[in-house]
Amino acid sequence: MVFHYFGKYILLLQAVFRKPEKFSIYKNEIFREMVSIGLGSLGIISIISVFIGAVTTVQTAFQLTSDLIPKSIIGGITRDSTILELSPTICSLVLAGKVGSSIASQIGTMRVTEQIDALEIMGINAPGYLILPKLLGGIIMIPMLVIVAIALSITGGYLAGTASGAVSAAEFIQGLTTDFIPFTLAVAMIKALVFAFIITTVSAYQGYYTDGGAIEVGNSSTKAVVISCIAILISDYVIAQLLL
Amino acid sequence: MIEVKDIFKKFGDNEVLKGITADFKPGVTSLIIGSSGSGKTTLMKNMVGLHEPNSGKVFYDGRDFTSMDTKERIEIRKEIGMLFQGSALFDSMTVEKNIRFPLDMFTDQGIGEKTDRVNDVLERVNLAGKNKLFPAELSGGMMKRVGIARAIAMRPKYLFCDEPNSGLDPKSSIMIDELVSEITKEYEITTVIVTHDMNSVMGIGEHILFLHQGQKWWEGSKDEITSTDNKELNEFVFATQLMETLLKKK
Repeated sequence: MVFHYFGKYILLLQAVFRKPEKFSIYKNEIFREMVSIGLGSLGIISIISVFIGAVTTVQTAFQLTSDLIPKSIIGGITRDSTILELSPTICSLVLAGKVGSSIASQIGTMRVTEQIDALEIMGINAPGYLILPKLLGGIIMIPMLVIVAIALSITGGYLAGTASGAVSAAEFIQGLTTDFIPFTLAVAMIKALVFAFIITTVSAYQGYYTDGGAIEVGNSSTKAVVISCIAILISDYVIAQLLL
Repeated sequence: MIEVKDIFKKFGDNEVLKGITADFKPGVTSLIIGSSGSGKTTLMKNMVGLHEPNSGKVFYDGRDFTSMDTKERIEIRKEIGMLFQGSALFDSMTVEKNIRFPLDMFTDQGIGEKTDRVNDVLERVNLAGKNKLFPAELSGGMMKRVGIARAIAMRPKYLFCDEPNSGLDPKSSIMIDELVSEITKEYEITTVIVTHDMNSVMGIGEHILFLHQGQKWWEGSKDEITSTDNKELNEFVFATQLMETLLKKK
């Protein structure tokens, strides 16, 4: 059964990457999706990121009870955990809920109201027209959102650490700039790209194969979020295992 | 001309179409009628390629549609217009963008030329000046008319209508029927309409195909339909009191 669905998913992806009928129309759609996914999610990602950084700093400080460990390490831990795990993964889980459910319900509604049939009858490659702009919009904008999230998380950590007195500004910055491995940023970007692909394609698949009415659209949307989240966490582990 | 040859279609163990053969001629309004579950919508979906028949062939002017690959089918589909039961207008687009969409996708016309074509077809369906409205701002009848406008924007050779007057009041239904019939004659289109509305049958049914339990049960015209002794067809035709009363008066 799993192979049946996976096969359908692969066949859908094959149709998505068929040559577009007209590049100019696809280009406009890609820009529209970039605005929708990127700007539309900037607010929630910013709020979440600031608090993730703040909580990481405060909790790390709480656990560092030994005087033998320099406080500057708080900055380093906040940086590494934010870059490697918290920003890409938590942001993507949030985006799976926000963007994924929106994609699934949008495409699902188009399916049950015969709009997808209308595209096919016109001779338009419906998977390409509907999914490719979302996929490209996602893989361009989600890594950018993750970069913003990393910056805001570290800022949040700095503000919370200095405001609470857990760490001084100088110590935090010293920790932040010591032993930085640039490859961790590459890992974060690879994760963001993979997660963006999962969020957009899994959600689009769920929407595209919706069958029925309003209840089924809701079910597809829920399934899209659940399956995307599970797939994100599994691929998170695989990437970590392979690259670190 | 569209030729349907010995179409069979199964969903699991349920055989919905059992060897349907029929010809649909250009310039003639053909109606596929039958009670719910008789297979009429499935037949239409097999004809346009939204479903694949288990066996049988569909020919568009001699071109074997069922054996074509995706690329070849796209070429045929550019010649097909379809009006869906719920109109299937793209709700994120205005009326103008809905109609212009196939032109944007498949033609290299300039914006002025495309706008002229949109205005022409909107005028043809009596909706001139409604360009900037969104589907949510239209009534059911207006949505159907925009659906027709979109379907004919590319000057199709074949027009399919799935329950074009479902959910409409009798006056709007007649308007849609007459519009489809006029367009069929005007542009010499091969038009196939799926319906269970006897008003449409008696109004525009030049060629009628009655399906019963997935089979072609009867074929004829509106002039012949009330005088047939086909039991199942009579049960369908005279299911409404209106038809029975009208015939008694006759």
